[in-house]
Amino acid sequence: MNDFPTPAEVDALRLSLEVAARSVGFSLPLAVLAAWLLTRARFPGRSVLDAFVHLPLVLPPVAVGYVLLIVFGINGAVGGWLRDRLGIQLAFTTAGAALATAVMTFPLMVRAIRIALENVDVGLEAAARTLGAGPWDRFFTITLPLMLPGILAGAVTAFAAGLGEFGAVITFTSNIPGVTRTLPLALYTAIQSPGGEAVALRLAILSLVLGLSGLLAAELLARRMRRFLGR
Amino acid sequence: MLRVSVLKRRDGFTLRAEFDAPTPGIVALFGRSGCGKTTLVNLISGLLTPDEGSVRLNDSVLTDTRSGTAIPVEKRRIGYVFQDPRLFPHFSVLGNLRYGQRRTLARHSISFDEVVSLLGLTGLLDRRPHQLSGGERQRVSLGRALLSQPGLLLLDEPLASLDVARREEVLPYLEALRDRLSIPMVYVSHQFDEVLRLATHVVLMESGKVVAQGTLGEVSLRPELRAIVGPDSVGAVLDGVITKTDPARGMADLQVGHGTLYVSLRDVAVGSRVRVQLLARDIILATESPRGLSVQNTLQGVVAEVSDDEHEAVLVKVDIGGAIVLARITQNALEALRLRVGTAVWVLVKAVSTRGHAFRM
Repeated sequence: MNDFPTPAEVDALRLSLEVAARSVGFSLPLAVLAAWLLTRARFPGRSVLDAFVHLPLVLPPVAVGYVLLIVFGINGAVGGWLRDRLGIQLAFTTAGAALATAVMTFPLMVRAIRIALENVDVGLEAAARTLGAGPWDRFFTITLPLMLPGILAGAVTAFAAGLGEFGAVITFTSNIPGVTRTLPLALYTAIQSPGGEAVALRLAILSLVLGLSGLLAAELLARRMRRFLGR
Repeated sequence: MLRVSVLKRRDGFTLRAEFDAPTPGIVALFGRSGCGKTTLVNLISGLLTPDEGSVRLNDSVLTDTRSGTAIPVEKRRIGYVFQDPRLFPHFSVLGNLRYGQRRTLARHSISFDEVVSLLGLTGLLDRRPHQLSGGERQRVSLGRALLSQPGLLLLDEPLASLDVARREEVLPYLEALRDRLSIPMVYVSHQFDEVLRLATHVVLMESGKVVAQGTLGEVSLRPELRAIVGPDSVGAVLDGVITKTDPARGMADLQVGHGTLYVSLRDVAVGSRVRVQLLARDIILATESPRGLSVQNTLQGVVAEVSDDEHEAVLVKVDIGGAIVLARITQNALEALRLRVGTAVWVLVKAVSTRGHAFRM
């Protein structure tokens, strides 16, 4: 117990943070786009897109990982192309773990951003229009800043949830120490090894602390932004 | 000239409106709540598109469904002051004011300093919208619209969200705008006193239709107005010029048509233009020159028209020479005096009854 944290634990923590951060960075712009399409755009197939975005919530994470393996695996339709053309490999890599995490946390993020967008007064956008602001101008000077509290809250929540993503990550990228063995995977490995209970407990507590601080940070941030906007 | 001719169907409501208004000038869209006034200004602004029709401002076609013209809202250069101020909460007052100004390509004929001083915004520039009172917010909203250098300003009941005290605080600013800047305005209201104080032209609306239009003086004589404002607010609106003042008594001589009215009005200079509304219920008619009365105004005229009003009363239009006044009298009085078109009458107006009904224009 004296050698806490062990190099393996540090690795797992560092990997979890890296994977969660990369997944948020990757999915944030897409989540804003998806939220916008689902809230403001009227097009055929909107409910299909809605269902598709929420799919990871109801699918077993292992199934999501498996689908990713089929599509983005070394011999998968997209995965093969990425490897041959761009030299990028996702399966069994840290980047792949981030992708799996991004897919799993996407619904959470879209949900938070969507609520934020629904709360943006379209009257303010109409006012900006009468003042000479075109569509992109309006989006970046009015809509986006007013959505910012929700976007930040969504990002922090997704980050906190991403720290603990397990099923999709282990299925898509396996459990490689130092590459894809994030906190939950290290925890799982510890439970599976004889005499690993102490390590497992420490990792569980670490996960708890991380998750809790993530949620608290999200709430704090949202409150600050609301005060800034005078609400 | 602003020329509007539009048809719009929406949720079981049909708006069919056609009107012309001279520019510059203030045209009031007046009618009860729900008669389609806001829909009409939204059609002018471009925020709504008509099913059929056109909107023209001076030489430019803003909307024409026949030729498929629809200039986008952001390129119309039409300022819009909404009922709620709609200030951007994430900008300061200064940021709000600059928002439209930065985005206009037009020559800045209305300067920042002019707007700030005209609307009394100097001390507010660093504040955030949520730190302002309702009246202040609406003034900022007005300034923001003006600084976008609009060729036309739409005001959709800008005072409706304010209480009476705040309305009285903002109204003088609107009057100052009218007097100092020559921007044509469309002013939506369901308060006739606002129309009286601000408008040059009036478009009367009822359930999605224009029922009367013209100068305020013309429209004030129309029976359609009575249905909207109620019988007690009916009265001819006369525009005149001050010929003599009596500051000690707070009175002034107002030349209207060929006659002179002694009106209750303070702080007014000789030569200034003044508008007065003579309520029909306050007016007395006589067939002989009256004597020994406290009434200060006696104008000679000729009965031009008699029409039925409610409850055994009639409305009598009297031509006082270049102007028309409206009087409400009972059916009995009409018969007793044997009034008919062409009868010579004296119109009696108590000077005190003009108090609060006379405004500098």
